[in-house]
Amino acid sequence: MRKTSLFAAALLASAVLPHTAHAQTELSMWYHGAGNEVESKLINKIVSDFNESQSDWKVVIESFPQSSYNDSVVAAALAGNLPDIIDVDGPVMPNWAWSGYMQPLPIEESVIENFLPGAIGRWDGKVYSVGLWDAAVALYARESTLEELGLRRPTLEEPWTGEEFMAALKAAKDSGNYKFALDLGMNDQGEWYPYAFAPFLWSHGGGIVDRDTYQTAEGVLNGEAAIEFGEWWQSLFEEGYAPGTSEAPADQERGFIEGDFAFQWNGNWRAVATLEEVDDVVFLPAPDFGEGNYIGGGSWQFGISASSDNPEGAAAFIEFALQDKYLAAFSDAIGLIPSTPGAAAMTKNYAEGGPLEAFFALSEQQARLRPVTPGYVVQSKVFTKALADIANGADVGDTLDAAVDEIDADIKRNQGYGHEG
Amino acid sequence: MGSKLTQSNRAGWAFALPGFGLIALFIIVPFFFAFALSLTDQRLISPNPTQYVGLENYRNLLGLAVVTLEPERDESGEIVRDEDGALQYPRVRSITRSDEYSQYAGMREWFRWQSGDNARVVVASDVIFMKALVNTLTFVIVVAPVQGGLALVLALLINQRLRGINVFRTVFFMPVVVSIVVVSLLWRFIYDGNDGLLNNLLSGLTFGLFEPVDWLGNTDTALGSIIAMSIWQAVGFHMVIWLAGLQTISPTLYEAAAIEGASKWQTFRYVTWPGLRNTAVLVLIVITMQSFALFAQIDVMTNGGPLDSTQTLVFQAVERGYGKQDISGGSTISVILFLLVLTISLIQRYLTRERT
Repeated sequence: MRKTSLFAAALLASAVLPHTAHAQTELSMWYHGAGNEVESKLINKIVSDFNESQSDWKVVIESFPQSSYNDSVVAAALAGNLPDIIDVDGPVMPNWAWSGYMQPLPIEESVIENFLPGAIGRWDGKVYSVGLWDAAVALYARESTLEELGLRRPTLEEPWTGEEFMAALKAAKDSGNYKFALDLGMNDQGEWYPYAFAPFLWSHGGGIVDRDTYQTAEGVLNGEAAIEFGEWWQSLFEEGYAPGTSEAPADQERGFIEGDFAFQWNGNWRAVATLEEVDDVVFLPAPDFGEGNYIGGGSWQFGISASSDNPEGAAAFIEFALQDKYLAAFSDAIGLIPSTPGAAAMTKNYAEGGPLEAFFALSEQQARLRPVTPGYVVQSKVFTKALADIANGADVGDTLDAAVDEIDADIKRNQGYGHEG
Repeated sequence: MGSKLTQSNRAGWAFALPGFGLIALFIIVPFFFAFALSLTDQRLISPNPTQYVGLENYRNLLGLAVVTLEPERDESGEIVRDEDGALQYPRVRSITRSDEYSQYAGMREWFRWQSGDNARVVVASDVIFMKALVNTLTFVIVVAPVQGGLALVLALLINQRLRGINVFRTVFFMPVVVSIVVVSLLWRFIYDGNDGLLNNLLSGLTFGLFEPVDWLGNTDTALGSIIAMSIWQAVGFHMVIWLAGLQTISPTLYEAAAIEGASKWQTFRYVTWPGLRNTAVLVLIVITMQSFALFAQIDVMTNGGPLDSTQTLVFQAVERGYGKQDISGGSTISVILFLLVLTISLIQRYLTRERT
């Protein structure tokens, strides 16, 4: 099936594209953006530019819908059918690298030296993947809300403290003007949870797993700091500040724009759409609960599959794609944060004085990668379930203990996931 | 019978071959795969070699024990009570994590009850699996009779010669043709706790007395909501099967009953129901098997939450096998589910057998 569709794609491509040379070696590539027209257009443009720019390689792209992309890659890996170039979500990369489905990326460090930390995927000391963009999360608010509630405007240098943040929520709730003081996007129980909420845990001083050894979560995910985080997390829902896991997706998407929420914890990918409808929206940095303020880093990146016979060709394509003009083009079209300052200056949103400039600084200064370990794919699910359960009223200590037990048992079953220990 | 099947029926076998082949390839072979995988520690993707682990996966799922907790006492041996007068017990984790009681290692509290001053705690190796098992059984026990019964009522209603009866048949059958994922998404809107259709309807009917309920966000109502929606969705399918059964009953029997002066109930009881015997067995077994496979509604509507109140076996099998890349754990759940469904189907067959 895949063979035939590849064949069909190749046929189509050979019919449409001019024959530059017959000596071109074909490189297959998979991408996660099927169904997104704008994104497809951009990536196809890079591919055709690359194919025309030289005569050794010809990249043939195949797109998948994002929701089934990871499953497709895993299935293809099991069947031994991986393409040369794969697109991989940052935190998942160590899992694929460890499993032997990716090989280190043979590109010069100098090419990526200016890149945002979240756009580079490293495992075992080697670069495996690089992204054209990163994403960032911020606290969406209206200028008018801040004024009306008499709140200080937090900055990167001086973010809100935990108390200030809770006082802001209380003020918003007491004003009676909003259905909810804060929206967290609790309906999306996927990678959003660890991506968006683990930073709150870090800021309390806890973590999903011990980052020195990656062998246990004991004391990190159920230590004092984590319990404190858990109680705070539960209070958000108990006291009615934020809608819980059963929130309807439509309410979540429109709520801030329609003024139902005073604040919203949301990603930069919604920023362009929000700007169009809310004139005085401001993007505030994460509050600091005592141990620094963080946001999650790491988005989709390009890497090379282990089974590729032509890693040089694949690397050549990836290096080609990492040009500032493409980074900027992606950013302008879908609002993502370009990976380099040079590209940021070329965009309309992230350039100096641009409406989303704040996000670039957020990503540069606050971004922290989620645990870099092959076990993350499991830890992400366990963490998500624990946070959903706590939000729904489960006992904080017991839930975090159970999560720790599950993570530790999984690490043990996988013989430590290949970390030197 | 055996000889007839195997010898003089080559054409028959040839015709059956494609069907049998597909069933073997996609159902029987994968089942043996699943069984084999359930005895190993196979991961979906991993560089570690696969090891044979015997029945460990089964023990990890099915392990159960009862622990008795004595209330905390102070130095003089008096029972300590908190401000509300409630007894204090040591944390279960202090037992399941201690070296002294290694038989409980890795277990977690499922539920507890009070016996005198002591608390009896049922600990399970895999609490989520246990909850999934209970939820799935609850689902089957409610859905099988209610859906089957409702389908029969609908079938009786539309088995009449009325003008425009086909409109009703179509309407009742419609949900079956719509993808279950779409239906689940729609019902998510209907059940919305804020301004969902159901809440609006109920508050309209009671002139605003009804307090809006967060149907899918509340542990008490989530499973019930999914049960109600599932019954509604598939009832049309079984209605059609009942209808087919009804139409095989000879009209002469009804005429005879009418001549004998049978009441409506008597006609149903002594003519219709015996005539539907085989249909009833079929409907019951099909609903049971479908109910055990509950997955899409959970995946779309609740993800097993809130607080595991809608976890089901198939959802857990997928979540583990794919989500957590633990293909051996997922396979083990599938094997247990298979044995469970097989046992129940055999019991049903036995109870509904033809008695001579």
